[in-house]
Amino acid sequence: MNRSTLITYGAAASGVLALALFVGWWQVDGPGTPEPAAQRPLPLTQMKFQMTDQDGSTVGPTTLLGNPSIVFFGFTYCPDVCPTTLSDISGWLDDLGDDVADMNVVFITVDPKRDTVAAMAEYVSYFHPAIQGWSGTLSETTRAAAGFRASYEKVATEGGDYTMNHTASVFLFASEGQFLGTIDYHEPREFAVPKIRRVLTRA
Amino acid sequence: MKSSIAATVFASCLFIGLPTITVAGSEDVVVEDAWSRASIGINRPGAAYMTLRNTGTDPVTLVGLETPLAMMPDIHETTTDANGVSSMAPAGDIMVPPGETVSLEPGGLHAMLMRLQIKMVEGETFPLTLNFADGGALTVDVPILGIAARGPEG
Ligand SMILES: [Cu+2]
Repeated sequence: MNRSTLITYGAAASGVLALALFVGWWQVDGPGTPEPAAQRPLPLTQMKFQMTDQDGSTVGPTTLLGNPSIVFFGFTYCPDVCPTTLSDISGWLDDLGDDVADMNVVFITVDPKRDTVAAMAEYVSYFHPAIQGWSGTLSETTRAAAGFRASYEKVATEGGDYTMNHTASVFLFASEGQFLGTIDYHEPREFAVPKIRRVLTRA
Repeated sequence: MKSSIAATVFASCLFIGLPTITVAGSEDVVVEDAWSRASIGINRPGAAYMTLRNTGTDPVTLVGLETPLAMMPDIHETTTDANGVSSMAPAGDIMVPPGETVSLEPGGLHAMLMRLQIKMVEGETFPLTLNFADGGALTVDVPILGIAARGPEG
């Protein structure tokens, strides 16, 4: 079995995440509220992080406002889950056709050390042209994941390399930034495509 | 480069053909729908998928993989927990009961191809040897599809 090796930024991620969750809970739900919505991503308008997209432009949560968005986390050294998610999403986008012309579709790396802007640019070029690839510094990645309530962790593999455990859900946001729901990993297309369509028709 | 790969492939085929191997069960394994995705360079690990069907009357157990494509092939399993977090770990031995099928498919079991020796090029194939607990081995040619492939049909 792989032994999880939480490295510094993983630990930092959980620390910031815990803090963000606490602050979020305190502000949104207040003490004594029965169910703090711990897993719900913040609205994009309340997130704060800065990254670089595949074209070298500076981007962040506010870049996404004005159009509905699909956002998910992953890394390009991921042989199984990530290419599957990107190809699933490419398939959904193909099904939706011109309806998705203005939609933001963003793949955020949890492994910016290996996933440079150039690496992300090459990787996303193999999938649906609407898919963007964002990478940031380690601390900006931590801030982004905290906003989305996503988690990730670096794990050593047999050959002295490492892989990343990470949230594989796909997040949907309205054009004004509200979180509208998730599409879980491996959710069949019959469910995923109508969900996206609902987000689009809201806009 | 090419010729050394061919030599390795040839050598591994010879190895499979050695008459000293006596098997009990693994000769009844049929591999179907094998596929993999093209790689970007050789730094990232690859993954291959297939269906193992045991047409025999004894259980067979897949214990390991070999391929000239990758120095460290291993069977992995991806799991996704209740919070939606996906992780991947060596799956250990895979038992295929008689008459049953085990699928290596995206998001579940996969042949993890670590330390690629050569780039996986769309349209090519590579040999992957499955080693079984009874000493038997089966080499399959795995087609390499595009990076965005979703299944054996592309
Ligand atoms: Cu794996």
